[in-house]
Amino acid sequence: MAGQFINLLASILLLLAFAMLSQRRIKLLVSLFMIQGLTLFTNTIVIASTTGQAHLYYSALLTLSLKVVILPWILFRMIRQLNVEWDVETLINIPSTMLAGIAIVIVSFNLALPISHLAGTITRGTIGIAMACVLLSLLMMITRSKAISQVIGFLSMENGLFFAATSTTYGMPMVVELGVALDVLVGVLILGVFFFQIREKFESLDLKHLEKKEE
Amino acid sequence: MNVQPIELIILAAVLWIVLGLVGLAAGKHVGFVRSIVFPLGAAAGLVVAASAYFSTGIETEISLLGLPDLPFHFRLDALSAFFLMILGLAVFGISSYSAGYFRNEKEHIGTICLEYHVFLAAMTFVILADDAFLFMVSWEAMALSSYFLVTTDHRIAEIRRAGFIYLLMAHLGAISLLLFFGSMGGNYSFDAMRGTHLSGMQATFAFLLALFGFGAKAGMLPLHVWLPEAHPAAPSPVSAMMSGVMLKTAVYGLIRVLFDLLHLQLWWWGVLILAIGLLTALFGAVFSAVQSDMKRLLAYSSVENIGIVFVGLGLSAIFRAYAMNSLAALALVATLYHCLNHAFFKSLLFLCTGSVLHATGERNLGKLGGLIHNMPWVAWTALIGSLAIAGLPPLNGFVSEWLLLQAFLFTPGLPHSYLNMMIPVAAAALVLTGAAAGYVMVKFYGIVFLGQPREEKLREAKSAGGWERAGLLWLSSGCILLGLFPFFVIDHLAGVTDFLLGSRLPSADWLFLAPISSERASYSPILFMIVTLFATVLVFLLVRRFYHGRVRRAMPWNCGYPVWNARMQDTSEGFGQPIRQIFDPFFRIGRELPSPFDTAPKYSAKSEDRIWLWLYLPFAGIAERLADFFGKIQQGRILVYLMYNFVTLIILLLIVQ
Repeated sequence: MAGQFINLLASILLLLAFAMLSQRRIKLLVSLFMIQGLTLFTNTIVIASTTGQAHLYYSALLTLSLKVVILPWILFRMIRQLNVEWDVETLINIPSTMLAGIAIVIVSFNLALPISHLAGTITRGTIGIAMACVLLSLLMMITRSKAISQVIGFLSMENGLFFAATSTTYGMPMVVELGVALDVLVGVLILGVFFFQIREKFESLDLKHLEKKEE
Repeated sequence: MNVQPIELIILAAVLWIVLGLVGLAAGKHVGFVRSIVFPLGAAAGLVVAASAYFSTGIETEISLLGLPDLPFHFRLDALSAFFLMILGLAVFGISSYSAGYFRNEKEHIGTICLEYHVFLAAMTFVILADDAFLFMVSWEAMALSSYFLVTTDHRIAEIRRAGFIYLLMAHLGAISLLLFFGSMGGNYSFDAMRGTHLSGMQATFAFLLALFGFGAKAGMLPLHVWLPEAHPAAPSPVSAMMSGVMLKTAVYGLIRVLFDLLHLQLWWWGVLILAIGLLTALFGAVFSAVQSDMKRLLAYSSVENIGIVFVGLGLSAIFRAYAMNSLAALALVATLYHCLNHAFFKSLLFLCTGSVLHATGERNLGKLGGLIHNMPWVAWTALIGSLAIAGLPPLNGFVSEWLLLQAFLFTPGLPHSYLNMMIPVAAAALVLTGAAAGYVMVKFYGIVFLGQPREEKLREAKSAGGWERAGLLWLSSGCILLGLFPFFVIDHLAGVTDFLLGSRLPSADWLFLAPISSERASYSPILFMIVTLFATVLVFLLVRRFYHGRVRRAMPWNCGYPVWNARMQDTSEGFGQPIRQIFDPFFRIGRELPSPFDTAPKYSAKSEDRIWLWLYLPFAGIAERLADFFGKIQQGRILVYLMYNFVTLIILLLIVQ
């Protein structure tokens, strides 16, 4: 029963990853990221209750507070202040990106096969999805040109990693998890400062302004 | 409480670092930094010299600093004490001079003060180091601090370029040294290296790496290219420090490796050092003769002197390989003596060029001249330095060159017939170098200080201030005293040769210097000076007595000189022309001759180093092509970099699977 539920949540995560890949409005992107965090939280709670791993409750709480409340709040505020609603046209058009995404999912399922055989967890079927989430987020970072959507891609990649960790080994040690969470938080804060600096300097957040090489 | 000399020296080095930081903090108060910090640094130099002079035996010290489980080891023995003495004595003169020299550096005085004093401390630690780790750390600190000193005026593109070349060569040398320490049997402390037994192949490999590494710092051919670029770029006290002292640390390192760390000696190593040294010396002398920038001229002259030092070192190594230790001691004494002398006279000359540069703003010999009238102090001390470097008795340059030639005279005793035949040729080439050095100094001194000022503004040149005079006076009196009393130095050097070779020169007479025995050859600088003075005074009096008052003044014949001006004097290019003619194949000469109808004719000739063309430019070309290739990958677009990550990740995952 629990296994079925976890598989459902995993497929929701994959769906969300594709949704993020195709979404061009930044506000909605953040909402999607929030839902992703929520799904991750539910998933962790379910795993914790079925396996009785107490520390997973803590990481679930951490996920909830950080990825559902704090980070989206920061991002929304940033969007409001920077006044960026839309990402410009992506480098590769969205249908082709989706096709590439499907190819990536196939590749990652194949790649995950040997790992799932090794893992002894109830969630081992979802490792392929976790890996696909990571790679899809990376793909999203490649195809976007606004700095802020890249940061969201980076955060959702971290979500994928977290998911991969919970599904292979029931999560990383608490210390590592705390460290990663803090890193992400600090990273976003610093990047926020950078955004303001970039906009002040170039009056736009488009990355192409940063691409002039210093000879 | 009994303080060991080594502790005093380490304390002095730490004091230098502290002084540097104080200078940095008080960078706004130029007067304070100049007249308090630099003189204190000079005093610390004197402390170093004195403690090194009075140290006996081997002292070691282990500091608490360093990596965990790898503390820094210090060691003071006769060899390092001698080089520390050179350092301390030169620092006293140069720091006193700097106290006056940097008065115009209002902006940078803080950073200059820091870099300068860190440079001093780093050199001290290089000489004191007793493990590879401390040695490399101080070696690199020395290279970096001197790099920043060279690029003090970094706003000028040419100086940045010179700094880059210097840094490049310094790093090539450092890599080679690192490999050398790695090839010493995996040991890290010098003590363990002394006990390592390497096979002939391994030892040769290690020796060649050390020769390359130290040669790059010393300015050995063909690694000398940074010297003529870096010296003109650096402020003059820095040039003096680099040429007078820093080059010696490389010599120190080579001696340490050759006579102390490597347990075996192959005869052809000595021949290699000797041959390279000879080429370096000849090359340096010839090139300095054709320079028209006074600091470049001195830089090439440093190359020449390092060549002479290497010749002595090579000779000593040859003697030692054949177990002729007393002769090896003679050659080594000559080598070390020359190091000491060079520290004095080259520092002195660089400081003199600094004063000239400050007073006139010119480095180009073609625009100087007649400065003896306005700057008598500088001119007279420069005269002493020039005579000393040209190797004229009774000054110090003569003593070391004479000792070296004495050592050459004993080479027929070598049990190797080819060497017996080749080495006299080397001696002849060395003498040629000495003559060329004399020629160069006549050119340097004559063009800068004698004759008429070639430019109008030179008539307003101001002489050096008090601090500068103190520094110049210290160094020039050093040149005289080291020349007049070689006995003290040679007696002191007995400790070094005892330590390295287990042999010493026969105890010298205070009046007569006789390296092996008084029947063969002896030299008494004091008698020589008395006779010279006597002859000079006699001639002067005779001329005054018999000829004076019979000078007729009449209108000259005016043949071809109806209007006489300063431009008609011999120029530096003109003076160097014979050398350029004779050694033509050495140079790549670019000449620009004016057309006969030009109303404002300009002539320029540039003599360049062929080694650049043959050795360095091909490498630079390869590096550039590689860089171009990588530049294509390096697009500078964030998305492209992400794409690289992505593709690499996918490929790696596929491979791992």
